[in-house]
Amino acid sequence: MTHDDEIVGKAYDARLMRRLLTYLRPYRRQVGLAVAAILAHSALELAPPYLTKIVIDQYIPAGDLSGLGTIAALFLLTVLGAFALEYLQTSTMQIIGQRIMFDLRMQIHARLQQLDIRFYDRNPVGRLMTRVTSDVDALNELFTAGVVAVFGDAFTLVGIMAVLVWMDWRLALVAFSVLPLVAWFTEWFRSNVRESYRQVRMWLARINAFLQERITGMATVHLFRREERDFAAFEQINRHHRDANIRSILYYAVFYPAIELVSALASALIIWIGGGWVMDDRLTLGSLVAFLMYAQRFFRPISDMSEKFNVLQGAMASSERIFTLIDTPVAIASNARAVRATSGVIAFDHVTFAYVEGEPVLKDVSFRVMPGERIAIVGATGAGKTTIVNLLLRFYDVQEGRITIDGTDIREMDLAELRSLFGLVLQDVHLFSGTVAGNVRLGNDAVTDEAVAAAVKAVHADTFIDRLPNGLETAVVERGATLSVGQKQLLSFARALAFNRPVLILDEATSSVDTGTELLIRDALKVIMAGRTTIAIAHRLSTIQGMDRILVFHKGHLRESGTHQALLAERGIYHRLYQLQFQPAAGT
Amino acid sequence: MSPARRLLAYLLRYRREFALGFVCVVGTAIIGLASPWVLKLAIDDLTEGVDAGKIRLYAGAVFGLAAAGGTLRYLMRRIIIGASRGIEYDLRNDFFAHLQRLDLGYFQRHRTGDLMSRATNDLSAVRMMIGPAIMYSATTVLTFIIGIALMFSIDTRLTLISLIPLPLISLSVWYFGTIIHRRFERIQEQLSEISAIVQETLSGVRVVRAYGQEASETARFRVANDEYVRRNMGLIHVQALFFPVMGLCMGIGALLVLWLGSRAVIEGRLTVGELVAFNSYLLMLAWPMIAFGWVTNLIQRGMASWKRLLEVLDTPPAILDAPHPGSAVGAITGAIEFRHLTFAHGPHVVLHDITAVLPAGTTTAIVGNTGSGKSTLLNLLPRLYDPPPGTVFVDGVDVRDIPLGVLRGAIGFVPQEPFLFGTSIEDNVAFGAPVGDDWRMRVEHAAGIARLDKDVEAFPRSYDTVVGERGITLSGGQKQRTAIARAVVTDPRILILDDALSAVDTYTEEEILGRLRDVMRERTALIVSHRVSTVRHADLILVLSGGRIVERGTHDQLVTAGGVYAAMHRKQLLEEELAAS
Repeated sequence: MTHDDEIVGKAYDARLMRRLLTYLRPYRRQVGLAVAAILAHSALELAPPYLTKIVIDQYIPAGDLSGLGTIAALFLLTVLGAFALEYLQTSTMQIIGQRIMFDLRMQIHARLQQLDIRFYDRNPVGRLMTRVTSDVDALNELFTAGVVAVFGDAFTLVGIMAVLVWMDWRLALVAFSVLPLVAWFTEWFRSNVRESYRQVRMWLARINAFLQERITGMATVHLFRREERDFAAFEQINRHHRDANIRSILYYAVFYPAIELVSALASALIIWIGGGWVMDDRLTLGSLVAFLMYAQRFFRPISDMSEKFNVLQGAMASSERIFTLIDTPVAIASNARAVRATSGVIAFDHVTFAYVEGEPVLKDVSFRVMPGERIAIVGATGAGKTTIVNLLLRFYDVQEGRITIDGTDIREMDLAELRSLFGLVLQDVHLFSGTVAGNVRLGNDAVTDEAVAAAVKAVHADTFIDRLPNGLETAVVERGATLSVGQKQLLSFARALAFNRPVLILDEATSSVDTGTELLIRDALKVIMAGRTTIAIAHRLSTIQGMDRILVFHKGHLRESGTHQALLAERGIYHRLYQLQFQPAAGT
Repeated sequence: MSPARRLLAYLLRYRREFALGFVCVVGTAIIGLASPWVLKLAIDDLTEGVDAGKIRLYAGAVFGLAAAGGTLRYLMRRIIIGASRGIEYDLRNDFFAHLQRLDLGYFQRHRTGDLMSRATNDLSAVRMMIGPAIMYSATTVLTFIIGIALMFSIDTRLTLISLIPLPLISLSVWYFGTIIHRRFERIQEQLSEISAIVQETLSGVRVVRAYGQEASETARFRVANDEYVRRNMGLIHVQALFFPVMGLCMGIGALLVLWLGSRAVIEGRLTVGELVAFNSYLLMLAWPMIAFGWVTNLIQRGMASWKRLLEVLDTPPAILDAPHPGSAVGAITGAIEFRHLTFAHGPHVVLHDITAVLPAGTTTAIVGNTGSGKSTLLNLLPRLYDPPPGTVFVDGVDVRDIPLGVLRGAIGFVPQEPFLFGTSIEDNVAFGAPVGDDWRMRVEHAAGIARLDKDVEAFPRSYDTVVGERGITLSGGQKQRTAIARAVVTDPRILILDDALSAVDTYTEEEILGRLRDVMRERTALIVSHRVSTVRHADLILVLSGGRIVERGTHDQLVTAGGVYAAMHRKQLLEEELAAS
């Protein structure tokens, strides 16, 4: 658990905050509206104590019932106004929040679509998903509960202070005399709660890490009879978590009563000094009551603002992780002056490539594939076969040498056009949720229903699709869990055929299928290779025998090249590979 | 026992805390309600004229009450919330201890994510129910009762009128809470939909790129994202109403008090002080009303979560010690026998009628294709899965009759994919070793046998090097060798290697096997491997195919027999030749 998921974050980071605020820009009119609404709402909140003062000072002594009715009507207006304004503010801000979250998710998703495969090698899918989901949601809190509400709280504070000074500046000073205490308590709370929040988060993260690890490794725990010692270890982390929580309760348990105590101190001072002034007729009784009521309202925003600290902190940590992802540079992209990609002679020209520095998997590899030629690539596991495909499609870029098509370096070509030259069939067929037909055409609407049906029929996938409850429109569940390996392969053949690309790249599956399907696959392969340049990482003898040329890779080098018969006659590496992989061995 | 009774048992462990907390709750409520009364007295005295000393007394009383109330509130929070953290701690311990007792099959049937979610989200929902919910409902009920009594003592008619909006508050909190919860769940569903789409797009990234489907994947994501926002909007319209409605109810209550109360003052039925105090009480009652609705939701969710926790806690452990363990409780010598063993995972029969006698101190190798049942056979020995009675014997005793601790303690098991913990190398190797002074020495000795010592020397912190989550910083071979050292360090009578050297190169494997042979001389060893070089020295080789033993004998016998094993042997010779070229 030392990933960036553990970032707990600073409570406030000006750089991150500025960047977050830029997301509000497209919605500045709505934000303006929300701010106006919250300010107006705060202003209305100031009215009730003052109305009470008027009632006590003027209408009660005068016994003015109609004046009282006017005040009651005004009061009702304030209440209704406050209701409308608060609703307006909350819903506007939350709607903006949702829109921003939408934008952010689209932005993250877009970046994920651009980042190269090497990035995916480094970052597990689960972690990337967290960025799109929970991290974005943590930010939502900031926009809905944080930013705008702080305006309201601040305005309420200033408004109350202004009204107090206006009513009686001397008594206002008396009431304000407790403010340094408030500031001191708040600062004490803020700094301590931050640390204890960090502690709680840390221990919780450890509990989860420990649990996750033990659940997945339970067999090992059982085998080595570690139950008791593991329980002791777990109990200890659990105890630390509990104690950290209890410490953090302490701060809350002290802070809220302390603020209330300060509030009571203010009230006591107002009664003591203001009460004296009332007796001397230097202050009206109504003003005294209004002062007391304002003093109560004064401290609420202060505790609210302290609460928002946790929200802010979580949001900062999430935004840091999101921005790191968005800022990850795209290593493989179209050249700015991209050349049109056209199909033609494919050439590997002294290509060397390593996934991990210092451990090259392809060493100085050169070969050419003529248009319409059918090439099989064979070799033992780890010989670098799949890397050829990865480089040709620019999932990775070569480190030395170059790959050209009709003499043009593929790095000079438009990336999308380059990839559109190839129809790819992978070993492990990836199916998307949706329908069977949807998995043939993917998102390409140019592939008509007729084309899908034709492709399916051509590769004999109709033999099983016709038996599905809704044929081509049958839903594919959980990545095709209900389909057999062979059926999925046929489906991916149909996909390649429907896209009708000039070059077919085939990474043949090693897993065995039943004889019936095997024959269908064999036949379908002929169909999809017809009229296309084909580069196949072959595992089937039948595939290899139908090829024009075989390239034999061994330990990163291209060692042999020729037809099946010629290579067998050479009695070199291919001969032994053939016996190992392709020859139907006796006894197995 | 009902779920509520089960939970009560946990609460009763903290009965002293709860009793003390309740005293604080009572004190807090009484003191909280006393201060408006002081205000009333002060204002009434001020209207009629009073000496400065009395005013000072009132001011002192306001502050003193606040100080006492604050102290009690502090204690209340600490005690009750503290107790709820204690219960959370107890529950989590029990949950973990129970997980430890469940068998391997359980963890294969239940996704880790699901168990984790119960241990975190559900547990926290239960804690919210017992901590804050209990604390607030106690305060609520008391404040409500005493507050209303005081209000009645001031003015009956005004009390009845001003109380009209209050039940509305509770009702709307409860109503909004329910709707919000339901809409929230629909939002969560859509969130998993979004997750599923992202997962699909990301794990199929090669297909997406190769077929240039970035735009259509983005479009698909946009649709899901749109729907997510749409559902959130549905929640917003309800949620945004929540606090304004509360404000409205309370505002109308305050309006009624000011309007009708002032009329009563003019008519001489009420004093100004009483009016002010009445207003304060109304404000104080609003909070319990909100809390009441909120607490109801907390309890609803908490009970649902508690039931989900109980589902795990009530799962009986499938593999247990026999009620009367057999006689061979002492030292195990290591003779193994499989007697007409047939074993099925659900409907799939994995092993058919396996019979073999492996005398103590011998080495037996098992070879066969993927799926031939090798690993299952090995897993039955330490009862990771339970064999049927009367099929697997150690020292002539049915393994089901040997206490689990004794049985597993006698076995050193190296699985196919060793599981390393994110701790130091030393901790990983000493995982099953008893704690003792010679710990490090034993670890180093075992590491030497597994040929891990040279690797460890090269690590920056030697044996204290932390290996990262699941040993991510180690190579496949290093992980396997760590697992071998882990098995050797326990000094087991029976050593099981389940294809434990697959990621180690042939030369290192030779070396390890050489050193292991010394160790294995007095032990019973069971080795699964794909390499002929690994198994050729075994006393007995069993060839498994489709869950049956199809060939048995020594290396030489089997090569001569010219069956499956011989073909495998031929292929490996070829492979060696190929690797050399």
